[in-house]
Amino acid sequence: MIDDKAAVLTGKEIGYLDMELLRFTTAGSVDDGKSTLIGRLLYDSKAIFEDQMEAIERASISRGGEEVNLALLTDGLRAEREQGITIDVAYRYFATPKRKFIIADTPGHIQYTRNMVTGASTANAAVILIDARNGVIEQTRRHAYIAALLQIPHVVVCVNKMDLVDFAEEVFEAIKTDFTEVARKLGNNDVHFLPISAKLGDNVVDRSLNMDWYTGPTFIGLMETLPVGGDHNFTDPRFPVQYVIRPQSDQFHDYRGYAGRVAGGIFRVGQAVVALPGGQKTTIEGIDFGEENLQLAFAPQSVTLRLAHEIDISRGSMIVDAVNQPVQSQEIDLMVCWLNSKPLQLRGKYLLKHTSNEMKCVVTEVAYKVNINTLEELHEDTSIGLNEIAKISVKTTRPIFFDPYRRNRETGSLILIDEATNNVVGAGMIL
Amino acid sequence: MELHTINHLRELEAESIFVIREVAAQFENPVMLFSGGKDSIVMFFLARKAFYPAKVPFPLMHIDTGHNFEETITYRDDLAEKTGTKMIVKYVQASIDKGRAVEEKGVNASRNVLQTVTLLDAIEEMKFDCAMGGGRRDEEKARAKERFFSHRDEFGQWDPKNQRPELWNLFNGKKHIGEHFRVFPISNWTEMDVWQYILMESIPMPSLYFTHEREVFCRDGVWLATAPFMQLKPGEKAEVKRIRCRTIGDITCTGVALSEANTLEEIIQEVASSRVTERGGRADDKRSEAAMEDRKKEGYF
Ligand SMILES: Nc1nc2c(ncn2[C@@H]2O[C@H](COP(=O)(O)OP(=O)(O)OP(=O)(O)O)[C@@H](O)[C@H]2O)c(=O)[nH]1
Ligand SMILES: [Mg+2]
Repeated sequence: MIDDKAAVLTGKEIGYLDMELLRFTTAGSVDDGKSTLIGRLLYDSKAIFEDQMEAIERASISRGGEEVNLALLTDGLRAEREQGITIDVAYRYFATPKRKFIIADTPGHIQYTRNMVTGASTANAAVILIDARNGVIEQTRRHAYIAALLQIPHVVVCVNKMDLVDFAEEVFEAIKTDFTEVARKLGNNDVHFLPISAKLGDNVVDRSLNMDWYTGPTFIGLMETLPVGGDHNFTDPRFPVQYVIRPQSDQFHDYRGYAGRVAGGIFRVGQAVVALPGGQKTTIEGIDFGEENLQLAFAPQSVTLRLAHEIDISRGSMIVDAVNQPVQSQEIDLMVCWLNSKPLQLRGKYLLKHTSNEMKCVVTEVAYKVNINTLEELHEDTSIGLNEIAKISVKTTRPIFFDPYRRNRETGSLILIDEATNNVVGAGMIL
Repeated sequence: MELHTINHLRELEAESIFVIREVAAQFENPVMLFSGGKDSIVMFFLARKAFYPAKVPFPLMHIDTGHNFEETITYRDDLAEKTGTKMIVKYVQASIDKGRAVEEKGVNASRNVLQTVTLLDAIEEMKFDCAMGGGRRDEEKARAKERFFSHRDEFGQWDPKNQRPELWNLFNGKKHIGEHFRVFPISNWTEMDVWQYILMESIPMPSLYFTHEREVFCRDGVWLATAPFMQLKPGEKAEVKRIRCRTIGDITCTGVALSEANTLEEIIQEVASSRVTERGGRADDKRSEAAMEDRKKEGYF
């Protein structure tokens, strides 16, 4: 309620209008405290509303808890509350004057790895929790591996439950050394370490009074300053066509626009481009965004391109720079994370989705399976089951236009769908 | 390397437009649900932007409980007419008359749950293979779990423990005959984002969202508007207050807020300082701890 009219500010003055967006995902083993951390973060930054707090207080008490269980803020499903674990990703939102955050709180249980991958695939940062008492364990390694495989640009390692190890610096330093070694092998990007207690709130939003040996940023301080500007590809112009806009109205009789989301690089009016497949050359005549005309467009903008020539373009086509073009091939090598209990079938046929393109493919080779613990390539063991990661090759019925995943997450990713069940069974990262 | 960034509202907008275009491309007969509330209004304006200068290539559909604020209906019909969009209206009353749904009894009776029957019947009758909704993940804990593309079996049911993986921006709308999808283009928006966007884009809003005088009464700490089909309990008394709606739904379960906010800037400031969620006033969520999850499993929005 507003009593003092004179004090009303405009949206800009309030400071909410120009914020950056940072998406992060939690990772780590069961019970390492992922959901508690998110609950604590929301609680200490006053992003929890009174009715939500009352609801989780009631739920904590009815489950026999003596204190409020902050994990209930994200564990919203009946089954999750009954079992005290996270089953599927929960998305939470909060904002500081600097940034808006989209948080994906994911399950640590190995059985639900596919949900962890769902939450992690769009993240700018992975927050990996480690129980200070247990150190780096198999599931930590698995999640660090997935974060590296998915090329999540930043990794924040929270050594949690410091209250249970007397807030000892040596424990933190030992885990830091262990994980640094893991990250070096895996090739994780930009790794940060923090000692925290999610339960008590140490170094989450407020600086810990128990760990004066730690002088780095708090969790929130770090998340507010991780650089996000360079997370998209601004070098290789790629525009997968989603939908063709043809108004066929009197006013826009001859209008033909190609709707899509820029998946890489920068497009400018007047730029020489080609349309794939086919490779016809043309130039960009206009970039439309609703009723506005733009001079340039870049990832992740959704716009409509108009071209100088009439060429045959439909959903699945890709408009790319005339000179800087993606790879075109029907034979693709990729790393796959298997998401289904029915194992990957060598010679099996799957539906493949890549950008706005869709076609059938056959698995022509399983090169090796990865042992997540040792990072060994198992060339003899090629049975790929749920949550396993392998290098495979597929052959598609038509060429796809791609960049290696490490160069572009949008044009380098694909999914495999089982045609019998219509379920997504594989997440692929093109090599 | 040349770096470019867009602000959080433009990024959310780009994501939503992408999702709406995916729906138009992947489904044969999609529909966009329209409740008359701010979320469906924003979703519709995003759809207009997604296809401009062409018209929105799918109809809107309102599941009408008959228990509406008058302003909602005026706004709805006006919007459809001015933008040349087809607006399908399906009435809960018709489902009751046909014996498909049974009216709840008592003072807390609401037609909110009955909407599910009308919605599922409409989807079946009109052979819609996808219904877009303005649900946001920040609204409620069960919604926080939902995918952008949410698969429904042939009974319209949601299986929250067994959702399909959804990776990157590769949305999978594949389904068997008789099944359908619910798609939530503004999943990642918060109440604050919605209002900021309305301000940024100058989207016209129903007067209900701004302060006005209305006859209201207080039930269990929540202010509700009086209406001919609402019964007052002993001890409850109707009085005129200056209020505005934070959400707009069925009158019987939509709490209103005492407020003087008269401009979008004032609303934004009010939202910024609010200590309760917008659904804090929704009686339908208070029925039990997992009320929303249970309704959603059955096929609710
Ligand atoms: N002492 C102590 N306990 C903690 C801390 N953080 C979390 N816990 C407890 O650890 C248990 C598990 O916490 P959760 O947050 O549910 O763990 P999680 O990582 O989300 O688990 P999954 O999502 O099921 O993988 C709960 O009982 C928490 O109260 C901490 O910093 N100190
Ligand atoms: Mg959890």
